[in-house]
Amino acid sequence: ISFCLHNMNEAKTEGKSELIPSIKFRHSCLLRNQRCIAAYLYDRLLRIRALRWEYGSVLPTTIRFHMCAEEMEWFNQYKKSLATYMRSIGGEEGLDITQDMKPPKSLYIQVRCLKDHGEFEIDDGTVILLKKNSQHFLPRWKCEQLIRQGVLEHVIS
Amino acid sequence: RVRMSDASDLSAGEEGQEEVMTPAELIARLEEAWLNEKFSPELLENKSELVECVMEQITHMEDNLQRVRKGDVKASVHRMEIDRIRFVLSSYLRSRLQKIERFFPHVLEKEKSRADRDPTFLSPEEFAFAKEYLANTEVYLRNVALKHMPPNLQSIDMLKAVPEPCLDSFVFLRVKERQENILVEPETDEQREYVVDLDEGSQHLMRYRTIAPLVASGAVQLI
Repeated sequence: ISFCLHNMNEAKTEGKSELIPSIKFRHSCLLRNQRCIAAYLYDRLLRIRALRWEYGSVLPTTIRFHMCAEEMEWFNQYKKSLATYMRSIGGEEGLDITQDMKPPKSLYIQVRCLKDHGEFEIDDGTVILLKKNSQHFLPRWKCEQLIRQGVLEHVIS
Repeated sequence: RVRMSDASDLSAGEEGQEEVMTPAELIARLEEAWLNEKFSPELLENKSELVECVMEQITHMEDNLQRVRKGDVKASVHRMEIDRIRFVLSSYLRSRLQKIERFFPHVLEKEKSRADRDPTFLSPEEFAFAKEYLANTEVYLRNVALKHMPPNLQSIDMLKAVPEPCLDSFVFLRVKERQENILVEPETDEQREYVVDLDEGSQHLMRYRTIAPLVASGAVQLI
């Protein structure tokens, strides 16, 4: 804005005041372009933010491929901020609020394994082997993350 | 200050302003805060103490659960209960975080310009998060776009660029304490002023701006 005013003052003093509307117009165009660019970039950031909540801390490579270095940096900083915040909740170990995204309907759910995921330990110590196409009856709260990542599928029969 | 009641509670009034609550009351308060935060267009007062108490309660319940005999039916019911409470708490904190992210420059400005004795809107941790979010976003925009622009266009005023919460959005509410003479529409040249009384237990659909102070004071509950 100060640059625009400077131009306008120059135009006045040099007796070229008929240039002032052009200067104002050019400045408006530049501002609009700045707004459009910022809106586009900000929208991308909002989508990247949503990725943290949907996929977790590690993004699939196909998505990372679509991000520039600065976006990756923004994502990493956001992850860190979020983790620091979550750890501070309640004053003890914190709370992972990216879990429990839906109200709990039942304690255990039937899940089918969509891809090999190896061994999975549940609360009472038993280890389950998550092999593709195997079905298991598991505690719902342990499965949430894996369902969101596409490893398990909730079977509703 | 808030404290959970337990068997050894005899001196409820002694410790000055300490308030004693049963677990049931605590959860009811959590649910009220959760619904208010969910349905309000703006960020509401910070309730850190409530969050701390609920976390303590959850830890307490999980400890109890460890001691219950495996396979006991009671264990499932308690487990469900813990999950439900954790869901409500997580959802409440998520609502707040989403609003902080969505309105970050305004939220920071509001917190900076409040008087010392006013209640805080952000917990210290939320404030830190909001500041980091602002810095992160500014750095990103600067490095990707702004530094390549003409010298006079290298900054963006976030307060102008990011929209403010719409306080005129309509909300459903239930009245907990009777209110009289609530000004719904002020007097203008074209209309007389429109004033209502809110009876206890009644439910209404109104502009948030009109009843915002009543939400803060607990006189109405958003639903």
